Amino acid sequence: MSIKDIDYGTPARDSATMVTLDIDGRTVTVPEGTSVMRAAMEAGITVPKLCATDMLDAYGSCRLCMVEIEGRRGTPASCTTPVAPGMKVHTQNERLGRLRRGVMELYISDHPLDCLTCPTNGNCELQDMAGAVGLRAVRYGFEGENHLQAQKDESNPYFTFDPSKCIVCSRCVRACGEVQGTFALTIDGRGFDSKVSPGALESFMDSECVSCGACVQACPTATLTEKSVIELGQPEHSVITTCAYCGVGCSFKAEMKGTTVVRMVPHKDGGANEGHSCVKGRFAWGYATHADRQTKPMVRDSIDEPWRVVSWDEAISFAAQRLMAVQAKYGRGSIGGITSSRCTNEEVYVVQKMIRAAFGNNNVDTCARVCHSPTGYGLKQTFGTSAGTQDFRSVDKSDVILVIGANPTDGHPVFGSRMKKRLRQGAKLIVLDPRRIDLVRSPHVSATHHLQLQPGSNVAALNALAHVVVTEGLVARDFVAERCDPVEFARWEAFIRDPRHSPEAVEEHTGIPAADLRAAARLYATGGSAAIYYGLGVTEHSQGSTAVMGMANLAMATGNIGRDGVGVNPLRGQNNVQGSCDMGSFPHELTGYRHVSDDVVRQQFEMVWNATLDPEPGLRIPNMFDAAVDGSFKGLFVQGEDIAQSDPNTQHVFAALRAMEIVVVQDLFLNETAAFAHVFLPGTSFLEKDGTFTNAERRINRVRPVMPSQTGKQEWEVVCELAAAMGYPMRYESGAQIMDEIARLTPTFAGVSFAKLDRVGSVQWPCTDGDSVGTPIMHADGFVRGQGRFMITEYVPTPERASRFYPLILTTGRILSHYNVGAQTRRTANVAWHPEDILEIHAHDAEQRGIRDDDLVSIASRIGATTLRARISDRMPQGVVYTTFHHPVTGANVVTTDNSDWATNCPEYKVTAVQVTRSNHPSDWQIQRGAVVEVAAE
Amino acid sequence: MHTHNPVHDLVRMANQIAGYFQSYPQEEAVTETAGHIRSFWEPRMRQRLLDHVGTGGDGLHEIALQATGLLRAPQNA
Repeated sequence: MSIKDIDYGTPARDSATMVTLDIDGRTVTVPEGTSVMRAAMEAGITVPKLCATDMLDAYGSCRLCMVEIEGRRGTPASCTTPVAPGMKVHTQNERLGRLRRGVMELYISDHPLDCLTCPTNGNCELQDMAGAVGLRAVRYGFEGENHLQAQKDESNPYFTFDPSKCIVCSRCVRACGEVQGTFALTIDGRGFDSKVSPGALESFMDSECVSCGACVQACPTATLTEKSVIELGQPEHSVITTCAYCGVGCSFKAEMKGTTVVRMVPHKDGGANEGHSCVKGRFAWGYATHADRQTKPMVRDSIDEPWRVVSWDEAISFAAQRLMAVQAKYGRGSIGGITSSRCTNEEVYVVQKMIRAAFGNNNVDTCARVCHSPTGYGLKQTFGTSAGTQDFRSVDKSDVILVIGANPTDGHPVFGSRMKKRLRQGAKLIVLDPRRIDLVRSPHVSATHHLQLQPGSNVAALNALAHVVVTEGLVARDFVAERCDPVEFARWEAFIRDPRHSPEAVEEHTGIPAADLRAAARLYATGGSAAIYYGLGVTEHSQGSTAVMGMANLAMATGNIGRDGVGVNPLRGQNNVQGSCDMGSFPHELTGYRHVSDDVVRQQFEMVWNATLDPEPGLRIPNMFDAAVDGSFKGLFVQGEDIAQSDPNTQHVFAALRAMEIVVVQDLFLNETAAFAHVFLPGTSFLEKDGTFTNAERRINRVRPVMPSQTGKQEWEVVCELAAAMGYPMRYESGAQIMDEIARLTPTFAGVSFAKLDRVGSVQWPCTDGDSVGTPIMHADGFVRGQGRFMITEYVPTPERASRFYPLILTTGRILSHYNVGAQTRRTANVAWHPEDILEIHAHDAEQRGIRDDDLVSIASRIGATTLRARISDRMPQGVVYTTFHHPVTGANVVTTDNSDWATNCPEYKVTAVQVTRSNHPSDWQIQRGAVVEVAAE
Repeated sequence: MHTHNPVHDLVRMANQIAGYFQSYPQEEAVTETAGHIRSFWEPRMRQRLLDHVGTGGDGLHEIALQATGLLRAPQNA
């Protein structure tokens, strides 16, 4: 694929009214509101430009895109001039050429003439325009006052800012505002002194810049340039693929030099991101070639022994024999496996197939167990399918946005930027979160209501919102009558109407002033199209599933389901959480969420797989740990997950892993779990994979290999070989062939194939045959389950309570620069922003304990303790502390408990009663871990 | 020191399920609780719960206790 995309100069307009005009003798028809510049480009006529780009609104400052329009005076800028019926435009003539050369002359008179050694040589719009206008001389000379000695800012680890090359077109400033919504850049000074300034004349690293790369992408010169481009030179080809970080699933052009990635550029045609990116996807891909990467299989008899590098055959044979020996000794159900949301649909599918067909049981689970399993349960019960209802574009049509337990600007930054854009356009925002997340108050965005609830009281708050809707006559009766089960609705209405759910009654649990909650409920119910976006702050609770059903109830009761701008939308943590769940990773479900006890479905799989399948559900991840400690579960295959760091109650996880006789880890790195493994099977990074990811909007995107596998194999090949070594032949020629089998066995994936994805770009399940791109908005004409089902959502307080000894509540989450356990991002320059996990604490709580910024503190729960650094934060309410779990040395999960969601066993990461005290030494657990790491390193 | 009481955990989980369904009429709550456990619990977990009931079912929520009566003994525990 070519490197350069066509830049139409201004964004596309969406209008049913079409306008026909004449440009240089060609008849062009475009939607009303389109700029003359864009209309010309769509007709294949290039108008010179510098300050215009189709990611940004027209600005009209560079004066290069001027045109002549018959009947109009002067030479208007084509970027800011909308088309009009019958307009006759001339883009090229002697006069326009002369004017453009004059403009270019001024630009070049204050620009270094170092094109041959400039990093963007060959990919510079200023250079291109000088050629396009035929600039041959600069009459002003170069001796006058200029900016050529301006100092370079190299503070950002990923790009440089060289103001000597800046033409002050403001594209970077506008990209930071319009696209990213951070407004970290500005133009400081006036006239000749005008210059781009991060913050108040700060360096990029010291400013509010979030390093999303939008400014670098927008820059038409070498002013903002990726350091990788400076080091490696311009790329020569590109491959479209999908980011391996969060559930937004951004499309990127991997711009390559041979098999070396030069840079990752967000793909303008990517359905999920439409040309935007965040610091992780744009820049943090270097882990794929990090020195820590393991590329050779290894085995050891005992976890106390050093690893031995062996051949693939020996590693696979070792693993197979150990797994079979365990089964022979302890029974068929004594082994199992865990799939990964960081792996492709195809890789996940073969692992669950291996477990069901070769292991002969359903002991397969996935990391979604610990994040969004309540979403699966709750949305299936209410709507009939385990997925979010909208595409990301839908938020552009929302009038009210309710964000619950999610932090989109950090966790899902590209969607967060999209949401902020809609909020700047006037949509109202309600945030339900104990912390004051950035969305609550950021440049040009301010939440109408921030309901700062107590951790663990989501269900009480959701019930109170619904109570207001019902008791104040705000139910969408027509919608409910037409679309929902009347018996279930009547039962729910009677339940929710009870005064015990009123905002006043629940105030003691939620901490939310009743009047605020009532106002928020009225806004959600009456403010127009209202959408709910939520994250792990909803699901990771003992009532996670109840809260998901509570949100579904609220959406149905107000008719906010089944069209653009509304819906109930999980923001998925990892890139392929949706896909790994779709692929039959849960112990009770085959692909497409069909229960293993369904004889008809099971027989379809048995026929295609040529195996007998167990009709009973298998063990979930926490159940596997419990069974391991009890002695009935002895072998585990772990695909691309680091359960020893990510799962709660670390000591219990460690005890379970130590109790097993065979642990097989398939991963890029020797992670924390690998310290307990007997076989290490090296995995492939997303840059080597050939498959698909499914993002949070059910969009199936291609993941294309841009470099050869560093291990010599695709991960699914290794799994097939392991299954075969255990006596179950499993063979595919390609990832495409695996997807063909998935599509054949999974009704929602009907017609999906690599060939179709290559043809249409991406599809959103449920899919149909042909070239349909699937279903962006679900439940448009009726719920998947038929009638929407209101569920009773009684509030049951978590048993995890604050006490005299543990008076604070700990809640955990993530930060922009890191991803999950940090295995990838810790091996990139992203550590510059977040080198360690920090405990955020309210000033009052800190003062009571004599804690100052950067003090080491011990955080202790009823389960365990760890030590980390504290930061006093006005984001935190009194009584609540917060930390991340990106760094293994912190061991945030040493303190989290075994409490879990009633329906799914999703851990209650968000509520742990703790005490925080000053400390000057690591915890006992951290000392023990240090010893384990030392042994592992030997 | 790591401690773990498997029966206690199963009782806690069963009670949580019963705690959710107790908002529904008694008969429905018992049926739904049993259905949930049957759909999502691996046979050895169900068997262990039944064994616990066999020894008195100490600590079990009334609905959970009744639900165990509807759980057939797993075939391959």
